[in-house]
Amino acid sequence: MPNTEYIITLCDGPSCIHKGSRTVKDALEEAIAKHNMQDKVKIHLSGCLGMCSKGPIVIVNPGYTIYGSVTEADAAEIIEQHLINGKYVTRLVVDEDHLYNRFFRIFGDNDFFGKQMRITLRNCGIIDPENIDDYLSLRGYEALAKVLTELTPKDVIDEVKTSGLRGRGGGGFPTGVKWDFTANAPGDERYVICNADEGDPGAFMDRSAIEGDPHTILEGMAIAGYAIGSTKGIVYIRAEYPLAIKRLEKAIEDASKNNLLGDNILGSEFSFDIEIRLGAGAFVCGEETALIHSIEGSRGMPRPRPPYPSVKGLFGKPTLINNVETWANIPVIILDGGKWFSSIGTETSKGTKVFAVAGMVKNTGLVEVPMGTTLRNIVYDIGGGIEGGGKFKAIQTGGPSGGCLPEEYLDTKVDYESLAAVGSIMGSGGMIVIDEHSCMVDVAKFFLEFTQDESCGKCTPCREGTKRMLEILTRITQGKGKPGDIEKLERLGTMAQRSSLCGLGQSAPNPVLSTIKNFRQEYEDHIFNKKCVAGVCGALLTYTIIEKCVGCGACKRVCPTNAISGTRKQLHTIDQDACIKCGQCYDTCKFEAITKA
Amino acid sequence: MSELITIHINETEYKVEPDQTIMQAADKLGFHIPRLCYHPKLSIEGACRVCIVEVEGMKNYVASCAFPITDGMKLHTNTKGLRRARRDIIELLLDNHPMDCHTCERDGNCELQRLAASVGIRARHFEGEKKHYEKDISFSSIIRDPDKCILCGRCVRMCSEVQKVHNLTQAHRGFKTVVMPAYNMPMSESVCTACGQCINVCPTAAFLEKNYTQELFEKLNDDSIVKVVQFAPSVRAAIGEAFGLEPGVNMEGKLVAAFRKLGFDYVFDTQFSADLTIMEEASEFLERLQGKAAMPMITSCSSAWMKCLEQFYPDLIDNVSTCKSPMSMLGALIKTYFANKIKTDPKKILSVATMCCTAKKYEAARPELDVDGMPGVDIVVTTREIAWMIKSAGIDILNIEEETPDSPLGISSGAGAIFGTTGGVMEAAIRTAYELFTGQTLVDIEIEDLRGLEGIKEGKVLMDGNEIRVAVAHGLGNACDLLDIVRQEPDRYHFIEIMGCPGGCIGGGGQPYAAANSIPLDEDCLKKRAEALYDIDRKKTIRRSLDNPDIQQLYKKFLHSPLSKVSHKLLHTHYQAKTPVGIIPKK
Repeated sequence: MPNTEYIITLCDGPSCIHKGSRTVKDALEEAIAKHNMQDKVKIHLSGCLGMCSKGPIVIVNPGYTIYGSVTEADAAEIIEQHLINGKYVTRLVVDEDHLYNRFFRIFGDNDFFGKQMRITLRNCGIIDPENIDDYLSLRGYEALAKVLTELTPKDVIDEVKTSGLRGRGGGGFPTGVKWDFTANAPGDERYVICNADEGDPGAFMDRSAIEGDPHTILEGMAIAGYAIGSTKGIVYIRAEYPLAIKRLEKAIEDASKNNLLGDNILGSEFSFDIEIRLGAGAFVCGEETALIHSIEGSRGMPRPRPPYPSVKGLFGKPTLINNVETWANIPVIILDGGKWFSSIGTETSKGTKVFAVAGMVKNTGLVEVPMGTTLRNIVYDIGGGIEGGGKFKAIQTGGPSGGCLPEEYLDTKVDYESLAAVGSIMGSGGMIVIDEHSCMVDVAKFFLEFTQDESCGKCTPCREGTKRMLEILTRITQGKGKPGDIEKLERLGTMAQRSSLCGLGQSAPNPVLSTIKNFRQEYEDHIFNKKCVAGVCGALLTYTIIEKCVGCGACKRVCPTNAISGTRKQLHTIDQDACIKCGQCYDTCKFEAITKA
Repeated sequence: MSELITIHINETEYKVEPDQTIMQAADKLGFHIPRLCYHPKLSIEGACRVCIVEVEGMKNYVASCAFPITDGMKLHTNTKGLRRARRDIIELLLDNHPMDCHTCERDGNCELQRLAASVGIRARHFEGEKKHYEKDISFSSIIRDPDKCILCGRCVRMCSEVQKVHNLTQAHRGFKTVVMPAYNMPMSESVCTACGQCINVCPTAAFLEKNYTQELFEKLNDDSIVKVVQFAPSVRAAIGEAFGLEPGVNMEGKLVAAFRKLGFDYVFDTQFSADLTIMEEASEFLERLQGKAAMPMITSCSSAWMKCLEQFYPDLIDNVSTCKSPMSMLGALIKTYFANKIKTDPKKILSVATMCCTAKKYEAARPELDVDGMPGVDIVVTTREIAWMIKSAGIDILNIEEETPDSPLGISSGAGAIFGTTGGVMEAAIRTAYELFTGQTLVDIEIEDLRGLEGIKEGKVLMDGNEIRVAVAHGLGNACDLLDIVRQEPDRYHFIEIMGCPGGCIGGGGQPYAAANSIPLDEDCLKKRAEALYDIDRKKTIRRSLDNPDIQQLYKKFLHSPLSKVSHKLLHTHYQAKTPVGIIPKK
């Protein structure tokens, strides 16, 4: 569009959509039409920008002005003030110190080593994910063209090996080595699989990567197809990701039309097709052997390894499975070189990692940082510190089966080994910040509930062991904990870690064991003193009315068990035997005259 | 032989063959690692985690059933940590298992019980909620009791891998996981063929045959009825195991005596009607050979097989022999020929069959097999059930005098005996068909090509210069494979024998549970049971069905000739396509 003066990028990620970005889009279009600026302004829908807490996000270019929390009513103002009068709508400008802004300004500058560094998500929010030309204009498919014209399959594998890239799905296995194994496994047919079965609660790295930049994944897979001698790629993605699926479908269609997929890609001898297989959303189907069973049409249950999928995978053929984030790194590694990639990160963990930061932190959302960034950097510098001004208590990394790390570990670097050394895992990149208002026993119970529910039910330690652990945790939070319960949790937890069939069962006890290790006192308080210091475990709380009571009677009226008595304008009292600790009186009192402890 | 590699087990060095799992190597070296979900005939599940071992350099324990040995591997099978983990894993299984061992049918025969004892569980540390599901008693043959299930997955693998019926699968997740037929259909409406192999491999009592012993005990006390029993060839070859004998002891004479002591008025031998089946089937085959009906002809004695065929191979129904099974033929004769002979109203006769089979319970209930509106067989009990009845009635079967079955439905040829093992029906049929076709007596009557436990066996017989090509399959999975070949090459065979269970009836779903020192469907055990039947055959003077004097009498006095009108009414039936819920009919 030669006449275009402004490009307005509107975040079309689910969080922004939920907060009304679609109505903002309509309002923007209306205002543009009103001022007859259709030729001058292009609206551009991007994938998730990661700034979910500030949505809906509108970016006006040129100028990289980011507006946050934009409402339908603000749209006309942005058009009139910014586009016509040339003034910022200052009250909406997002001017954070966490470098989102800088990222956009310096896009393309590979020397940037700021607090965030976007390799995986390099195009997310920049390009229109449904427009292949946008991708092509940012060196899209150049890496594929390069491998097809300049590199041998072995060169490609060596480049990936040089990069030091490790599997981003959680396992951390060296990607190049995996490619090498698959390429050298005997067999006439091979498969390339993209594992997009992202299942950690609160995690949306893979979804955002696909929604924001689907072609990168396809390009990465095609490069691998060339490197290992495969002609068939499959993206296994959960059906709960309809937007990602739609964009992948569009991307595959467009890439095929442009001879970037299909027969004789770019006139070469190499042919490669990609198809999408939908998963029903079982967490365990992210485990590679379960994923393979699911694609084959069987129940998604893991099987013992070896044989590894690289030798005996889908339909018994050598199969290369990598996670979405891993794939997204491949074109960059090919274009900028494995050596460059390996200059980022730590000794053993190279490149960047995307985290979905959630919980009691000011800036929740997606962040991509170089490996080796400390947890403190992520929580305080990028995350903006603790939301609500509370005190930091723990950070849980690695999704539902990660460990909970207390403040003393905040200077831990995020890489595979460092996190493992302190009792947690990298996982696929979940990161939940927990403040003093959370009970660690309750937190452990929450995560175990998830993994217990998502256990495939095949192996005994995971199916039965996590159930018994959950029962023990539940009784502890209910004030029915018994001496010996902590030891039983440790015994069952270590047994399940060492004896379970797959990664799900082996890591499910992590939240429990790490909270026992780091917050043992809280467990003991629950069991022996019948106290929950965080004030979360209802059954362990005592509600008391103190001198501040003015006798308004509000608490008395809401109490469902009539446990509160007192005459008007007199100090009221709670009958502890009748109290069911529902907390309604506490929430109702306007005079802070009720305490819980 | 490939080069030996070195492994260390519990600090001792051994030279072993490569390309085996830790468990295989350890077994040969005399280390029996405890195990549960493992079964040598099934794929590796790695689910129970009982067989874990410690490999030096590895963070986690590995399942020895699945993990391959490598040169220099140092492993431990019995460390303190392992023993505790194993013990805890088995306790976890017990914690979610009904504590009703004393009233459980498998008390004393339960692998879980034995395993718990072997690791020394003396206290429970982790007890909590137990799962609860309704027992499925809908089916005439098999009961499914998910409360007893420990999710080892042996039944699922047996049903899908060996039998290729694919009826059972795990459903739901985590603690709610349960084994069930597709769509949670009742067993009676599922594609279950009633073969009962799930019962054979189940370590607990999650699958059982529908038990008729109480009903039978009551009827045995009823003086107003005539109680008649028949028993299948392979019952005699296996029932000794239920009384602690080695497999392969022929218990025919003692069993006959025990039946009489239980209160049966007449004891007939299903081997007799096996001879009768041969007369009819061989004649039918010769008719088909002349172009009167579809070829190849497929045998129809195995009731699990018949249900399998009706469901999955309805296009081949015309190829199946119209002959009823020996059990149903004898049932029909008991209610007609024999009733007439003893001048008793057939309604006053209780016809009982003792079978190695659970599917025979289903067969007996099929209305198309009725005789004048009555079932030919009223009650079917398995080898296991009759063994329990004999024990329960206090009959010392090991020390009683042998007796012989009653006439006129009791004398059998050696051909009738080998009916119980894979290849036996074909061998028996050839012995008679040859003579009917050529008018000459077959001299070499033992057909080695058709013996043994190979899944699909082929053979050729020359009859007057005509080459007759035959094939034999045992186990429904092999049967399906064979029929897939037939669909591709309809002219490849003339005559096909199929038995639904591994090894034939000797491996039936109603046979005694594996002994404590054995495994279900152990090949040696099956071979010994088969050998017992071949031994009976060898010792008989009459080894061809057409030479059986009682058979000759029966034709002379009642049936007139094979395939006669009377034969057709009493001894033949028909089959029809069945499409249970969830099955898409084949076009």
